[in-house]
Amino acid sequence: MCRPAASLPGFSFDGFDLPLFSVNRIDSREPQGDALTLPAPFLRWFGEKGWRPRAHQLELLARAEAGNSTLLIAPTGAGKTLAGFLPSLVDLTRRGRIPPGSAFVGIHTLYISPLKALAVDIERNLMKPVGEMGLPVRIENRTGDTPTAKRQRQKLNPPDILLTTPEQLALLLANGEATRFFKDLRYVVFDELHSLVTSKRGHLLSLGLARLRRLAPSVQTIGLSATVSDPMDLQRWLAPQEPDMNNHAGLVLVEGGANPQISILKTEEHVPWAGHSARYAIADVYAAIKEHGTTLLFVNTRSQAELLFQELWTINDDNLPIALHHGSLDVTQRRKVEAAMAENRLRAVVATSTLDLGIDWGDVDLVVHVGAPKGASRLAQRIGRANHRMDEPSKAILVPANRFEVMECQAALDANYIGAQDTPPVGKGALDVLAQHVLGMACAAPFDPLSLYDEITSASPYRTLAWETFERVIDFVATGGYALKTYERYARIRKTKDGLYRVSNPLVAQQYRLNVGTIVESPMLNVRMVKRNQRGSLGRGGMSLGKVEEYFLEMLSQGDTFMFSGKVLRFEGIRENECLVSQAFTFDPKVPSYAGGKFPLSTYLAQQVRRMLADPARRAALPEQVRDWLSLQKDVSMLPREDELLIETFPRGSRHYMVIYAFEGRLAHQTLGMLLTRRLDRAGLKPLGFVATDYSLAVWALDDLGATFKLKRGALAELFDEDMLGDDLEAWLNESFLLKRTFRNCAVIAGLIDQRHPGKEKTGRQVTVSADLIYDVLHAHEPDHLLLEATRNDAATGLLDIARLGDMLKRIKGHITHRRLDRISPLAVPVMLEIGKEMIQGEAQDFLLSEAADDLIHEAMGGLDVD
Amino acid sequence: MHRLAHALSAQTTAPLLHAQTIVNGVVAICDPLGSLYLPETGTLVVSDLHLEKGSAFARRGMLLPPYDTLATLRVLEAAIVRHDPKLVISLGDNFHDRVGSAVMPDAFRHMIAAMALGREWVWINGNHDPDGAFGLPGASMDELNHAGLAFRHEPKRGDAVGEIAGHLHPAATVVRRERAVRRACFATDGTRMLMPAFGVTTGGLDLRHRAMTGLFDRSRLVAHMLGRDRIYSVRFANLIA
Repeated sequence: MCRPAASLPGFSFDGFDLPLFSVNRIDSREPQGDALTLPAPFLRWFGEKGWRPRAHQLELLARAEAGNSTLLIAPTGAGKTLAGFLPSLVDLTRRGRIPPGSAFVGIHTLYISPLKALAVDIERNLMKPVGEMGLPVRIENRTGDTPTAKRQRQKLNPPDILLTTPEQLALLLANGEATRFFKDLRYVVFDELHSLVTSKRGHLLSLGLARLRRLAPSVQTIGLSATVSDPMDLQRWLAPQEPDMNNHAGLVLVEGGANPQISILKTEEHVPWAGHSARYAIADVYAAIKEHGTTLLFVNTRSQAELLFQELWTINDDNLPIALHHGSLDVTQRRKVEAAMAENRLRAVVATSTLDLGIDWGDVDLVVHVGAPKGASRLAQRIGRANHRMDEPSKAILVPANRFEVMECQAALDANYIGAQDTPPVGKGALDVLAQHVLGMACAAPFDPLSLYDEITSASPYRTLAWETFERVIDFVATGGYALKTYERYARIRKTKDGLYRVSNPLVAQQYRLNVGTIVESPMLNVRMVKRNQRGSLGRGGMSLGKVEEYFLEMLSQGDTFMFSGKVLRFEGIRENECLVSQAFTFDPKVPSYAGGKFPLSTYLAQQVRRMLADPARRAALPEQVRDWLSLQKDVSMLPREDELLIETFPRGSRHYMVIYAFEGRLAHQTLGMLLTRRLDRAGLKPLGFVATDYSLAVWALDDLGATFKLKRGALAELFDEDMLGDDLEAWLNESFLLKRTFRNCAVIAGLIDQRHPGKEKTGRQVTVSADLIYDVLHAHEPDHLLLEATRNDAATGLLDIARLGDMLKRIKGHITHRRLDRISPLAVPVMLEIGKEMIQGEAQDFLLSEAADDLIHEAMGGLDVD
Repeated sequence: MHRLAHALSAQTTAPLLHAQTIVNGVVAICDPLGSLYLPETGTLVVSDLHLEKGSAFARRGMLLPPYDTLATLRVLEAAIVRHDPKLVISLGDNFHDRVGSAVMPDAFRHMIAAMALGREWVWINGNHDPDGAFGLPGASMDELNHAGLAFRHEPKRGDAVGEIAGHLHPAATVVRRERAVRRACFATDGTRMLMPAFGVTTGGLDLRHRAMTGLFDRSRLVAHMLGRDRIYSVRFANLIA
C-alpha cells in the first residue's frame, strides 16, 4: 500500500481554483521528476498555468500504466477526478486521433457516476483543460436525457470517453451491439464509488463490470471514493473474483487535508425536548448566513427543508437570496437553483441529500447541518461540500433540533476528530437485481448458463452465489419460477437446442429496456395549485409545485394544511394523479409533515449516545439545557448504563404506555415495535399501537402494562427474548405492509411487475395495489419463491434492520431495568410527541371494525339485523 | 389476506357470522366470504371472480403467480358448501380477459364442473369477458331477471330498483382511535346492491369515489364490510373517504 504525501508544506491555493483540476502550484522544494513522464501537451499546459500534478495523481497514472486497477481514496478537493482521468487522457494522447476511414474503434474509457448531474458536470469541467491542451480526445455524456439521435450516433461513432450512469451502462450492455461498442475499452472510472456499492444499483453495476471484463479482457478499473471504514471491500469490488483467491485492486490513500472546524450551534434560545424543526435556532442560523459568503444548509428530509426555508424567509429582512433544493421539487425549479448557485448568485441553499454528492457548485464557505447527521461518515462527506480546497479547513455548524440530537451531534463531532468511519458494508448481491441482469444478458445475445455463471460470480457481491440459486434465477426469468409449471408457453427466455438461452420475442427486450434500473419510484402525486371559484368548486390548471409521496397524502383530509415547496398549502383532494391544493392563509400547518429520518442512526453514533448518557464526565461536556433535562430524568426515573435497557411504563389519558430506550435507529425500533405488539396481543394485554424514533420506542395498550410486569416476574425478559426473531418475526412478516413495500421493489426490479409498460405509464398507485395482492397470493401458495427470498433478504438488512435488532436483543439479555412511573418522564417526551403516525396491524384491525359496527347496533335501522 | 386464508383453510365450515339485509323486498344474506345468498330462492351470487388474471398478465410478459384462479375457486367452493344453492350466479368479469375461459387449465375446469353438479349456473357477461364462458357448465347471458331482482354486471346509472350488480369492486373505510381500516364490502340502500369483488387478486374502489355517485340513497346506504370471520355493517355516514 502506498501513501503518497498529498499536502506538503508551503502550498497556497490563492487564485488557483479550478473546480476539477485542483492541482498544486509548483513548489521548488518538491521533486518534480515524475511529472516528466507526462506527454508534452500536459507538461506545457501545467507549465503555462504554473501548476504541477499532485503525487497521488502521478502514482495512479504509474499504476495504471503498469496494468493495475486501483482504488483512490481522497478527501474532497484533492483532485480525485483528474487523477481518475489522467491515465485515459495520457493514453489517448499517445494514441492520437483515429484517421477518418479507419476500421470501427469502440470507446476507450467509460466513466460511471451515480448522478446524471455529475456526469454532465464532469463533462463541462473536463472539456475545458482538454481543449486548452488541444488533446485529440472526444468526450461525450449519455444519460436518460440524451436525445435518441445522439445515442444512435454514439453507437455508430463512439466517443473516446463516455460519461454515463449505471442504468445507461446496463442498457448499453443489453444491446446486441455491446461486443463491438466495448471491444476496445481500456479503463472504467467509477466516481463516488463509496455511495454506489452499498445499494442495489451497485449490485447491478458490479454485474455490468463483470460483463465489461468479458467483452474487453484487458480492461482496468479505477475507483474514486471518499473515506470509508473498509477499503478492502471496495478494492475487491474493482477486481474480478475467483474462488480461493484474494483478488483486489491496489489502494492509493490520500490522508485528509485540514481538519474541519465543526461546532455545535451556541445559542441563548431554549433547545426543545422534542421535534425536528430546529425553529428555535432560526435567528442564529440567519446570522451565520449573513456572516458568510455562501452557506449550504443540509437537512435530513424534504419536509424539514420546507420548514427551514419558510422560517428563514420569515425573518429575511435583508432579502438575502436564499433558495430551496430537494428531490421532490419540479425539475425546472431545481435547475434554476443549481444554475444560480454555480454563478454564485445565492447566499444560501437549503438542501436534502440531492446535493450530497461531489458536484461543484460555487464557493461554499459554510455548511450548516440542521438536525442530527445520523452517521459520522455522512457528516464528514456533507461538510466536505464546503470549500472544495483540500488544504483549507472546512467550516461547519451543527444545529441539533432537540436535546437527543444535541447528544448525537456531540458524538458525531467527536467521531470526526478521531476520524471514525461508519459507512455501511458492501452487501451480498440481491437476487432481484440478478434476475434483471440475466434478462438483460439474454437481450444482448443468447447465453450459455455455465459461462454466464462464471461471469456473474466474478463480481464481488455475487462471488458466493450458489449454482442452484443461479438456476432458480434463470427459471424465474424464463417462466416466473413457479412450482406450478403453467407458463411454459409464455416463457420470456427459452433454452434452444444449442444449449443457449434466447429471448422468446422482441417485446421481451422492449419491456426490459423500459424497466431497467434498480430505483423504484415510490408512488408520487403531482401537487397542483388550484383556486376555488365563487361557487366554491375547484378550478383547473394551476401551477405545478412538484411531487409528494402518496402515503403522506393518505393521512390528510380535505382542509388539512401542510407545508410544501416553501408554502403552507390547504389539501383539497386528489383528482386523477394529482393532488390539488390551494393557498392556505395560515402560517401554522396542521399536519406535521416530518416523515422520519431517511437514514437511521448509525450503530456507531448510537453507541456513543448510550455512553454519553451513562458517563457523568461526558454528560458534563453537554450544554446546560441538556444537562438539566438529563438530571431531571435522573431524579424522576433514571439514566441507563451503557449496556442496560431502560423500560418505563406510565399511564396517560385512557392508555398505558411503555417506552423502550434501545438507541438502535428507527428501522430496528419499528421492527421491534411490530414484534412486541404481537407478543403483547398474544398475552392479552391489548396493545393499540406504537411509534418509533431513532432513540426509543413507545408502545401503548388498553391494559396496564406496568402492573403486569410488576406482578409477573420474568414477564419482561420473556417479552424481549431473542426468540421473537423466530416464529413471531415470520408470522409478522407475512402480513406486514412494510414487507409488502419491500416486495414491490423486488418485484419491479426483478421484472415481475412493470414500472412502465410500453405505451402505458402505470402509476405508482396501480403498481402498489397489484403488488400487495400478488404478495399475498405468492406467500400463501409458494412461500419459498425466489422473490420472497429476495424480499426477506432485503428486509433483514434494509427496511426492517433485523440484523441490528438481533444484536441488540443479545446485548440486553439480563440487563433490562423496568421503571414504573405515574406519569411521563423527561426522556419519554420526544417519542410521545411522535404518536399518531403508525399503521395498526392485523388482529387489531378487526377489533376496530367491530367497534365501528357495534356503534351501529345501537341505532335502530330498518331491514338490518347483525347476527 | 383473510380471504386467502379462507382459500387455504381446511375448515371451510368454520362458523362465519353473516349479515342479513333486504333488497327490494328480497331477503339477502351477505357472508364474509364475499358471496350473497338469497334463501327464498336458494340463489348464491358472486361477482368479479377475475379468474385467470395471472395468466392474462403472463400472456403480456408479466409472469404473475399462477395461483389466483385456484385460490378464488377454493373460496367459491367454500361458499357453495356452506349454502348448497340451487342456482349460482356469477355476476360478470368472471374471467380477467376474453380468452381466459378458453385457456384455463383443465384442473380448474373440473373443479367448476364439480361445483356446478346438481345445480344451475349462470355466467353474466362482464366488460372483461363480454363473449361468455367457454367449455363450462351453465349459461352465459348479459342480464338475468330472477326472483324479483335484476342481475347485471355494470350498475345502471340512476334509479335501478332491485338491481344486483358488480363491476365497481366497492370497498369502505372506517376510522376508530385515529386508525383507518379498509375492506371490500357489499353496499346497499335497500333498493339495489353492489357486490364486493370475489376474486382474490382484485382491488377495491372506495364507496365515496365519484364513480359511485348517484347510485344510492346515501341516507339509507349501509356498507357490509368483509371481516375475517364476520360481516361488519357500517352506515355510510360513519365511513370516511
